[in-house]
Amino acid sequence: MSLVHLESVSFSYGRQLVLKNIEFDVEDGEFTAIIGPNGGGKSTLLKLILGILEPDRGRIEVMGKTPLQARGEIGYVPQNTNVNLEFPITVLDVVMMGNRRKHRPSSLGLWDIFPIRYNDIEKKCAYTTLEKVGMHRYMKKRIGELSGGERQRVMIARALCSHPKLLILDEPTSSIDMDGQKLIYSLLEELSGELTILVVSHDLSVITEYADKVIYINTESYVHNLDENPINMPIGDGHFCEVEMMQMLGEKR
Amino acid sequence: MIDALGYTFIQNALIAGILVSITAGIMGSLIVVNRMVFLTGGVAHSSYGGIGAAIYFGIPIFLGASIFAVASALLIAWFSIRHRERTDTFIGLVWSAGMAMGVIFTDLTPGYNSDLMSYLFGSILAVEKDDIVMMAILTVIVVLSVHIWYREILAVSYDREYASLRGIPDKKIYTAILVLASLTVVVAIKVVGLILVIALMSVPTYISERISGSLYSMMMLSALLSVLFTIGGLILSYRFDLTSGACIILLSTVAMALFTIAEKIFGKRGSSIS
Repeated sequence: MSLVHLESVSFSYGRQLVLKNIEFDVEDGEFTAIIGPNGGGKSTLLKLILGILEPDRGRIEVMGKTPLQARGEIGYVPQNTNVNLEFPITVLDVVMMGNRRKHRPSSLGLWDIFPIRYNDIEKKCAYTTLEKVGMHRYMKKRIGELSGGERQRVMIARALCSHPKLLILDEPTSSIDMDGQKLIYSLLEELSGELTILVVSHDLSVITEYADKVIYINTESYVHNLDENPINMPIGDGHFCEVEMMQMLGEKR
Repeated sequence: MIDALGYTFIQNALIAGILVSITAGIMGSLIVVNRMVFLTGGVAHSSYGGIGAAIYFGIPIFLGASIFAVASALLIAWFSIRHRERTDTFIGLVWSAGMAMGVIFTDLTPGYNSDLMSYLFGSILAVEKDDIVMMAILTVIVVLSVHIWYREILAVSYDREYASLRGIPDKKIYTAILVLASLTVVVAIKVVGLILVIALMSVPTYISERISGSLYSMMMLSALLSVLFTIGGLILSYRFDLTSGACIILLSTVAMALFTIAEKIFGKRGSSIS
């Protein structure tokens, strides 16, 4: 069953057409990468799948529902460029963000009415999720004291905390060093056994190592299945790879 | 100074100073982390229009200033949700238009209004029982709200888009922060005046943000620092016969400068309070 289904989806900002007749499916358990140039509509596409924007034409289904109805089952990791590093907030606070309060029904205490601190059940939940991304020892650290790669792993833990079926990540490795990038992609590869992953990425040379499918978006969409047709990426900068990719996908269209 | 505590107006000044400091510390923290300092400055200055209108129409000044402050805050919030990139221009417009209205209303009011000067720089020694009741009500509302909705406020302040995706009513919480910040401005005007109110809300907050491990400890520490600066400022003002609002703000500014120097010498953020 396809977890995400897009049918003839078009979207424009005012008169500017950003996405035209986008069609693709993301199957259950698949690791899919969305690539394409800046301004090609990748982030707009994510906003449509998350239900933040509505398409002008076409149909989007996530787990057989509308994006808005499916929102509770989607984990989202936003781009890490807009983070306020001075904000006084701990890793535990970030991971628990937006989760329903968990308490034993028999022991409704003062902290449940004034939920400043987390109870043991909540802390255990956060610990288990942070353990998955290897950040459980940093629970009390201030988020601004972590490196870019560590912060991003915490953001992935935050998205996993609500036990989503689909994990969407927007440029998870931008401004992170090469080692940090590899760590995040191996983590995503591990997670892809448990849930469906949709990631927007610039790093074509790295992403093709891990993804099952690549969708190239530049106003229109081209789908390439890496399992059936693996790509031997030439070693070089991302731009070169992108040109190669465009030519190849253009031929297969 | 101890003898001075026997005077009712000094007692009122102390109670008012403490109440306003608690509210300003908490709401100041929220406006700083939400990057609303300029916005709150706009609201503070636009409330001058409400003060002028209240004097002209003969209604209570607190009421006039509150209506103006909350209306400008809502207007700015409505505009910033729709045209985020032009928010600063709009704040500038509301800021100066409000002050201009205050000046026009004053021109139209017969006689000289010495009262207006006291709203620019504060007159904590002229605080009355009614003012204290207003301040106490607002302090209770602010303290209860940030405790009950702490997690929602934290999520919206840290990552609004994510909070909205997780089903938190981000627009409502953002607007509530703005309205409570506006009302804080109005009550703080009596203590430090509308020109200085932003310093009372942002200077203690700056210090506590650097050493706090969580938003909660930042709010509490800001409130505590505000109380200390306000009482210290009052003592200086009484001892040297100076304007109280200016003493409070200058004392906070000196403390902030000393803190920054100490931070440079002893290194950044040795240990944070969680």
